[in-house]
Order: sequence, then C-alpha cells, then structure tokens
Amino acid sequence: MNILSLFVLIPVLTIVGILFTKDYKQTRVVSAIGMGIQLVLAGLLIYLYLAERNAGNTAAMLFTYDTVWFPTLNIHYSVGVDGISVAMIGLTAIVVFAGIFASWMVTFLSREFFISLILLSSGVFGFFISLDLFTMFLFYEVAVIPMYLLIGIWGSGPKEYSAMKLTLMLMAGSALILVGLLGIYFNSAPGGGQLTWNIQQIARIQIPIQMQRFLFPFTFIGFGILGALFPFHTWSPDGHASAPTAVSMLHAGVLMKLGGYGAFRVAMYLMPEAAQEQAWIFIILTSISVVYGAFGAIWQKDLKYINAYSSVSHCGLVLFAVLMMNQTAMNGAVIQMISHGLMTALFFALIGMIYGRTHTRMINEMGGLMKVMPFLGVAWVIGGLASLGLPGLSGFVAEMTVFVGAFQHTDVFHRTVTILATSSIVVTAVYILRVVGALLFGPIKDDHFLQLDDAKWYERFSTITLIVSIAAIGLAPLWLSDMIGSSLVPMVEKITGMSIAGLF
Amino acid sequence: MTGTIPLMYFLVISTLMFFIGIYGFLTRRNLITMLMSIELILNSVNINFVAFNKYLYPQHLSGHFFSLIVIAVAAAEAAVAIAIIINIYRNFKSIDVDKVDQMRY
Amino acid sequence: MTDFTYTILIPLVPLAVFIFVGLTGHKMKPIVSGLIGTAGLAFAAVLAYITAFNYFWIGHTAGTGYTSIKAFEISWLHLTEHLTIKLGSLIDPISVMMLVVITTVSLMVHIYSIGYMKGERGYHRFFAFLSLFSFSMLGLVLATNIFQMYIFWELVGVSSFLLIGFYYEKPSAVAASKKAFIVTRFADLGFLIGILMLSFNTNTFDFQTLVSPTGPAITQAGGAAFMGLSVLSWSLIFIFMGGAGKSAMFPLHIWLPDAMEGPTPVSALIHAATMVVAGVYLVARLFPVYALGAPDALHVVAWVGGISSLFAAVIACTQTDIKRVLAYSTMSQIGYMMLALGVSGFGGHEGLGFMASNFHLFTHAMFKALLFLGAGAVIHAVHSNDMSGMGNLRKYLPVTHATFLIACITIAGIPPLSGFFSKDEILVAAFEGNKALFFIEYAVAGLTAFYMFRLYYSIFWGKETHYHHTPHEAPLVMTIPLMILAFGSIFAGFLPFHNLVTSDGLPFETPTEWSIAIPSVLIALLGIGVATFMYRKVTGVPDKIAGAFSHLYKWSYHKFYMDEVYLFVTKKVIFNLISRPVAWFDRHVVDGTMNGIAGITQFASVKIKGFQSGRVQQYAFVFVTGAIALVLIFVYLW
Repeated sequence: MNILSLFVLIPVLTIVGILFTKDYKQTRVVSAIGMGIQLVLAGLLIYLYLAERNAGNTAAMLFTYDTVWFPTLNIHYSVGVDGISVAMIGLTAIVVFAGIFASWMVTFLSREFFISLILLSSGVFGFFISLDLFTMFLFYEVAVIPMYLLIGIWGSGPKEYSAMKLTLMLMAGSALILVGLLGIYFNSAPGGGQLTWNIQQIARIQIPIQMQRFLFPFTFIGFGILGALFPFHTWSPDGHASAPTAVSMLHAGVLMKLGGYGAFRVAMYLMPEAAQEQAWIFIILTSISVVYGAFGAIWQKDLKYINAYSSVSHCGLVLFAVLMMNQTAMNGAVIQMISHGLMTALFFALIGMIYGRTHTRMINEMGGLMKVMPFLGVAWVIGGLASLGLPGLSGFVAEMTVFVGAFQHTDVFHRTVTILATSSIVVTAVYILRVVGALLFGPIKDDHFLQLDDAKWYERFSTITLIVSIAAIGLAPLWLSDMIGSSLVPMVEKITGMSIAGLF
Repeated sequence: MTGTIPLMYFLVISTLMFFIGIYGFLTRRNLITMLMSIELILNSVNINFVAFNKYLYPQHLSGHFFSLIVIAVAAAEAAVAIAIIINIYRNFKSIDVDKVDQMRY
Repeated sequence: MTDFTYTILIPLVPLAVFIFVGLTGHKMKPIVSGLIGTAGLAFAAVLAYITAFNYFWIGHTAGTGYTSIKAFEISWLHLTEHLTIKLGSLIDPISVMMLVVITTVSLMVHIYSIGYMKGERGYHRFFAFLSLFSFSMLGLVLATNIFQMYIFWELVGVSSFLLIGFYYEKPSAVAASKKAFIVTRFADLGFLIGILMLSFNTNTFDFQTLVSPTGPAITQAGGAAFMGLSVLSWSLIFIFMGGAGKSAMFPLHIWLPDAMEGPTPVSALIHAATMVVAGVYLVARLFPVYALGAPDALHVVAWVGGISSLFAAVIACTQTDIKRVLAYSTMSQIGYMMLALGVSGFGGHEGLGFMASNFHLFTHAMFKALLFLGAGAVIHAVHSNDMSGMGNLRKYLPVTHATFLIACITIAGIPPLSGFFSKDEILVAAFEGNKALFFIEYAVAGLTAFYMFRLYYSIFWGKETHYHHTPHEAPLVMTIPLMILAFGSIFAGFLPFHNLVTSDGLPFETPTEWSIAIPSVLIALLGIGVATFMYRKVTGVPDKIAGAFSHLYKWSYHKFYMDEVYLFVTKKVIFNLISRPVAWFDRHVVDGTMNGIAGITQFASVKIKGFQSGRVQQYAFVFVTGAIALVLIFVYLW
C-alpha cells in the first residue's frame, strides 16, 4: 500500500468508525484517534521524505503511484509528493488534529459534524497528493462542499447567508478552475497523441501561448478566489465570522492554502509564459490585498472579522510572493502558507474558546481577560506576535524570505510594490496590538468575566500543538526551507525559463 | 381494398382525434376527462402507425407491434393514472386539476 | 588567539532562565524566581568580564590593533544563493564593551528588583521578561551580521513592549507599550528596507565583510542614485531610521517618555542604559561604512543627534514627573552619542568621535542607571512620581540622596567624575567636526546641569512636605546596587578608552583640550548655580521666569506638541482617513458588488418564477404551442 493513499484512506476509515459510535463522547474520541494517526503518519512522511532525499533520490516526486481510473478520458489516480506537498500535508495534519480538540464540546449533531470535518480534511489531503489534474479537482470539490453544511448547520450569526455566499463564490472559482483545467487537458498534447491530465507530463511540454493567455487568468483567478485575492475576498470575513471554531481553523488554516498551492502548482507551473506576461496585473491586485486587508482589519470590532481581514492580508502575501517568480520569494510563499495556516488556526481556536466563555466577540465589550484566563491570554499574545512577524516564530521567517525574494527584482515597479507590501508589517503591528490591548489588557469591563475559568485540558492541548509548531518553524527554519527550496528548483526553472545555480 | 380507402382518410381521422385529444387535455379540468383525452391521443397515434405500416411497408410488421406496445403501455398508464387520481381525490376531495397546483415555486 | 566560543553562553543562559522561569515560575515562590534570574545574570556577567579580560588584556599583544573575531556561527536560513542568515557571536572592542555594560547594569537591576518588586503580582513574570530582554540585548550586540541584529532588534522591541506593559491592568501602561512598539516598529520598517537595499547591493549580511574597507559596501559605494545621494547613503539612512527609532531620536522619540509607565528598574535597564543605545551601537557597528562609504548619511546622523539633544534638554527643564525628566535627559544624552559618531572620521585621531561616543555610552549607562534606580528608591518611598509633591527627602533617604547627587554631578560633567571625561571628548570631536553642532552642545551642557539640579533640589531640598507615612530608606538589596553604580560613575572615566575602543582598533592619544573643557565646566557650573538659586529654597523665581517666557514654557511643557501631532496622524489620518474608508469600501463596494450580483439573480428569478405555476394544463399548453411552432419552423422556414 502506498503511504500517500493512506492519507485519503484513514479519514474514510475514521468516518466509518464514527458511524458506529453511540454518543458525542465516543465520536470525538474516535475522531481524535483517527486524526492522531494521521498526524503521526504525516510526521512519518516527512521523516521518510527527508531520509529518501538524503539517500540521494533526486526524482521530482517521491512515493509515486499511478493507476488508470477512467481510461476514456485518460484520468489516472496518480499520487506523489515533493517537499512542498509534504510540508502542506504536515500543516494540514496539525491543523486538523488541533481542530478536533477545539471542537471537543460540539454536542449538537456531533456525528455529522465530525464526519463533515473529516471528509473535508480527506479532500485537502487528496488535493495535496494528487498529480493528476482531474483527481486534484475532484478532491478540491470534496474539500469545498462540506463547508456549506458545516457553516450552515453549526454556524452562528447570519449563517445561512454566509454559507451560501461562501459556497457560491468558491463554486464560481471552481467553475473558472474547471474551464482552465479542461483547457489545459485539451492542449496537453499539442503535437498530437494521447491527451493527459498528469501535471508532470504537461510540465514537459509547452501549451500554445495563445491558449495560455486565455487559460491562465481562469486558472489563477479561480484558485485566487480561494486564496482571498482582492477583490474576490469578501466571502472570507462573512464566512469565517459565521463558521464554527474548527471550521474557521480548517478553512483559513488549510483550505485557503489550496488556492495558493493551486495557483502556482497548476496556473504558474503549467503556463509560465502567460504568467510572465500577466503577472503585473495580479501583482497589483495582491499587493492591494496585503495592504488593504491590514487596513481593513484596523477598523473592525469583531474578533473574527479582524482575523479574517488579517488572513486576507497574509494570504495576499502568499500570492504576491508566488508572482515574484524567483526561488527565494516562492520559498517564502510556501513558508508563509504554512506559517499563516498555523497562526490563523491558533487565532480562530482562541477566538472560539474566548467566545465560548464571554459570549461576545466584540473587542469593545471585553477587556482585562489576561487576568482571568492567563493561559489563553499568553497564547493569544504569542499568536499575535507570530502574526506581526516576531523573530523566533514562524511569521518572521516567512515574511523575511518573501521580502528578500521580492527585492531581487531591480525595476521600479517591483521595488515599489515590494516596499508597499513590506510596510504592511507596521499596519499589522497596529491592529494586532490594538486587539491585544483591548481584549487582554486594561481593567475588566464586565464583572461576569471574573467568574470565567481558564482553558480546559483539551483546549490547552489544541493550543499547545499549534504554538509548538509555530515556534519550531520559527526557531529552526532551515530544514523546512531547504526541503521546500530543493523541490522548487524544477518549478522555478520551468517558470522563469532559466536554469538556476544550485543553492540547495 | 387498399385502393378503395386512401391513406389520407386515415390520416385525417387520426389528426382529428389527436387534436380533439389535445383540446380536451388542455381545456377540461376534470382529471378523468383529461385521462380520456390522453387515450384519444394515443389511439390517434396507433391509427397512424397501423395505417403507415399497411400503406408504405406492407411486408413489415413493425407498426403493428408498436401499436400493441402503445396499447399495453396505455393500459398500464391508465391503471397508474387512476391510482394517482384516486389518491388526489383522497387528499384534495376533488379531481379538479386546478386545485392540484402544489408543485409550483 | 584565544578561543571565544564560550561567548554564546552569555546570551543563552538568560534564555534558559527565561524559558525555565516563564514555564514553571507560577509554581515556585516569588523570591525563588528572582534569585534564579539574578543567578543566571550573574553567571552571564562573570562570563562577560572574563571575555573582556581575555580580549583586552590576555589575548592581546600591546601595540597591535584589536581585531574582530568571529567566535561562533551557524546557518539559520538560506535566502538566496548569496544571502544566508546566520547566527553567531562576533567579538570586537565595541561588542565586548557592550557585553560588560549590559551584564553589569542588568545584574544591578536584577538585584535591585528583588527588593523593588517585592509583593507585586507577577513577580516571576517580571524576572522572566527581564531575562528575555537580557538574552535579546546580548544577542543583539554579539550579532555577526546585520540580519541577526535585526532579529534581536525585534526581540528587544518585544521585551520592551512586554515590560512597559507590565502593569497591564493600567490603561496608560497598555497605551504606552503599544505606542512604544508601534513607533519603533515603524522605524524598523526603515531598518528592514535599509537592510534589503544594502544586502541586495553587496550580497552579504556579514558585518566583517561589510565594514572591510576593501569590501563590496565601501568600494561599490557608487554615485548619486536618487536626490543626489548614492544607493549606499540611502540604505544607511534607512538603517539609521531604525536606530533612531530605538534610540528615541527626534522625531521618533515620542514613545520614550511614555515608556516610563513601566516599572522603574525596567526604565533603568531598557530605557536608559541598554536598549535605547542600540541605535548608537548600530551606527557604531557599521561605522566604517558610514565614514568611508557614505559621509552624507553620517551628516544626517550628526544633525539628528544634535537636534534631539537640544530638543530633549529644553523639554526636560519643564517636566514635573521625575521619570519623564530622566527620560528626556536620556534622549538628550543619546543625542550626544549620535552626534559624536556623526562628526567622527575613520582611523587614528580622526576617529575621536567614535571613541568618545562609545565612552559616553559606557559612562552614561552607569550614571543614568544610577539615576533611575535612585528615582525608583524615591518613588518606592513616597509612592508618587510627581516631584512637585516632594521635598526635603534628604533626611529620610540618606543613601539614595548621596548616590543621586553623585549621579547628578557626573551627568553635569564636573571633573573628575566620569561624565566629564566622556562629554569632553565629545565636545572636542564636535569642535573639530562641526562648529554649529559644537555650540549647540555647549548650550545643552548648561541645560543638562540646570535640569538635573532642578530635579535634585526639588526632590531632596525645597519645601518640607507632609507625606502619608514617613518615607523610609530602601532596603539593602536596593541600596547596594546604587552604591556599586555610584562607584562606577565616579571611576569609569579613568578607563583608557582611547586604547581600547577605537574606530580602527589601533590606540591613539587624546590630550585633554583645556580650552574646550574649562568653558564647558563653567557652563555646567552656571547651570547648577541657576538651579540652586531657583530651587534650593522655595522661591517665587521659577514661576516668574515661567511667566516671562510663557510661550516657550508652554511649548516646552507640552513637549512641543509632538504627541498631539502623532495623535493627529494616527487617529485622524490612519484611522479615520484610511482605515475607516477601507473598511467601508470593502463592505459596501467590493462586497456590495458581490451581493449585487446575487441580488440581480434573485430579482430575475422572481420575475420568471410565474412559469412554474404548478398547473399541468398550462405546461401542456406551452409544450404543445412550442411543438407546433417548431413544426411550423421546420416545415416552412428551413
């Protein structure tokens, strides 16, 4: 059995296991065990991957497995990983695991809740291991659809509206992606012969440039919608605000990363010439995202909205870095995806925990929470510091790599947008500290808060898992950045059309 | 025999029956009458089948077979339809088709 | 050559203490956490002294210059094929000097805090943060490359944020910590852009490569690129922006007075002796690049330093909060150091300003820490910061009084205390470098003596004040650090800095220029005299003078309305003119468009839903009509 297929299989088995549980206590234990195994497996995968690379295996994809699935259209079930996908799988496993513990007290229809959540995660895992565009798209849909149910049923506030908005916008993105993928498929053999969905095979040929010009915007915007590309980001604040805790965590932490991952693994990698030509449009949009999201966050009063806008800003930086099209910036993009995934998951988890106690998410109604819940307060401060890019936590590594990479372009346009994007670190500090000050510090505004208790064991478990991951990347980023960087070499060579000197 | 009655006569009859059926189906509000109209339409088709078969391809029997199938289907359909009508009657205390408009926006 | 690998332990020990106390502190008795923190710092201090001894005396043959030694280095992150962030420790005269300063002051502050913070909530948290700060600051001075410096630069910023906001239930402390972090963060943006520019053009972060006179930075300085300045000048000006933010130089100084909301030992350690001089250290670290590659940038440094020192000295004369007076005094003294660097040249006697700056940094750390800790003892005794409510405390607090007086004399620059020597070198350097700045500094010297003695007399002399309970001298654990620092303030001036810390590592001679020193002492004495006349006894003179110069007094008292300007920029411009419209735009225009699309869809569906009437005969009629129409079309129109 191929180790990668296990990543799809274990969630399915967990779902089957959940069907046999009797009450929410059993359900959550089964879910935790299943996702715990998944986390261990992800760790094992990283270890095996690094061992294989150290043993000198230089193949682009490792642990590959390929079997024909639907011969008429030449659709394969084809899996394999490189350093980027391994890193993303690790991220997903951590966030899902933490998410299970963050939803420990979901008692309403808990079986259905955990089934949807795990189904979603299996879609995400499937997406990251797929090498076949069609199966990749299939898994993408599997990941997006349960979101509707999760928000619509277990959400809060105007949940039907938000769920519908989110789903419709993401479906619009899917439609664009589908057009792009079909276009790629039908142009995958320009010299005649068998058409293919396989990314590695398509990367070897050049899609005709006229077709690229037409297909690139479809694919990039399609994935960009999921990656909160300005101006298609508005599903994010509403969706996140209404979603239950674990769903926000998974959505902002992992699902938005499908956008960034798809944007460069599919759009940029397979259509580099069009990417070169059209990059400037998207660079403008993404640098707007970065600054605009940060400024948007300053004015918000709802914690979830603040974090949603902050995600717009940080995810904007991911796409921004991808479009910079050099080794360093793209490396930074992937690290930023992981870093943002972890810290935004931490934030949403904490928001959920605080909301569960204070029953409000409005920062002007809270204050002085550090005194009554020191654990959550400290965790929040750590998350905030990671978000504003404090060295020693993951955000710094990601941002610096992106900025140094973006600065390698010498022309005025790139310089300007780079400095613009860099300035977001100040704005980020403003809104993060504003929240920290209003939420945790100062006098306690409401006497009811004095009776609140600090985090329970499962909440601590969830929080600590994420904090440890953030700190691990922040303190020792070298292995991660090298793992990603070495896998980026073939992609960057294809995208820039130049062979790059061996840094790794 | 074939020389005596031209094909056109059959077609005229069947066309008349067809449009009487259509007319009945569209104007009558009673479900039973509408069912009868449908029978008229089906039978007009049957006449067409048999007539064309006889006049154009005397050596084949396909048209006859089709007529037989249509008759069989019509019988089954009548059974199902009357069952539906009875159920509608039980639910609405009426077999007026205008009363049964729950399947709208 | 001596092996200095052990120097990495100097920052790592406080880090270990931070992690240990931070995680387990709430389970131990408060005093234990204080002792652990102090012990860790004492260990670091001993190591620092050993390093200094080894570097300056043991491993060095007389007559040859001091070289910089890279004791340890590991790769931390690969960025591009040329640029790799490394972490390590670099040993050279200024870093060794800073190690001594930081560990000494930090150790004193630790000991002092054991007494000062007694009974406070979050005692262990305080010591954990102090250790975090010590770690960051030591890592900063040991940095082998500019990116490592930036990393630790941010870390000291955050430790400062945490310590200023230590009393997190006090809204003013929270606001001050936020302000400190955001203002320095803004300055750090400049620093980061400077680093990006510098590293892009030189392909290195490494200090040894950067400052080498034959290295890429200096040799490829290049011509004018933008507004008459070279790329190198621009990058160094941006880098200096970071330094100016951290060192509270005009106009990025506004966070420093507010930062006094933190506990007083923190003000002594971070906002007087160590962190705020990081900007000076940064410029000193890159000094050869400034001096040889971009003299224009160095002029900026000099003028910013000069203006800051005058500006702060004027404000200090009118403030009534003890700690704010000291804060402006710190800003003014750091202005001196910046100015000294700015007027300095490279090598030999030309590098007098460089030496003087570091000398002053050293002595200033001693006497300013002493002043703050003394002020802390006063605050501890009377539970107030406001000096208008104090007076005649010399009877109650004899030790504090004596040490405070020593510090005041030192900062005023009266020989033979240490402040005289370092300030004199700066004045000589300014005289040789830039006459205009030289006269500014003369004025500042007089103002400094005046406001320090105004403070001194207001606290310890003046009117007899009734306190809620009789003020009492601080416990021994607090007065011993005062005495040690007073000892340092008196004798630090006799250290042969011109042999040890010079711009090119080679010793040079610095004869005392009496023609400059004597007037400066006279000016200082004049300042002291005026203060004595005005504040020793309660007189109406200060009010009269304030009335006579009412405009100047008002502007100075309101700190030249700098806070109001900033408030206007942040509240009005950033919040109301940028952020609010952005939020509105997002909700109503961007999201409005999306909702509009949905609305249009819904409107259309309302309009056409009549087709779905539920009437079978209507459907059938449409169907039949359609079928007939199709038949007609196919028959007649095809």
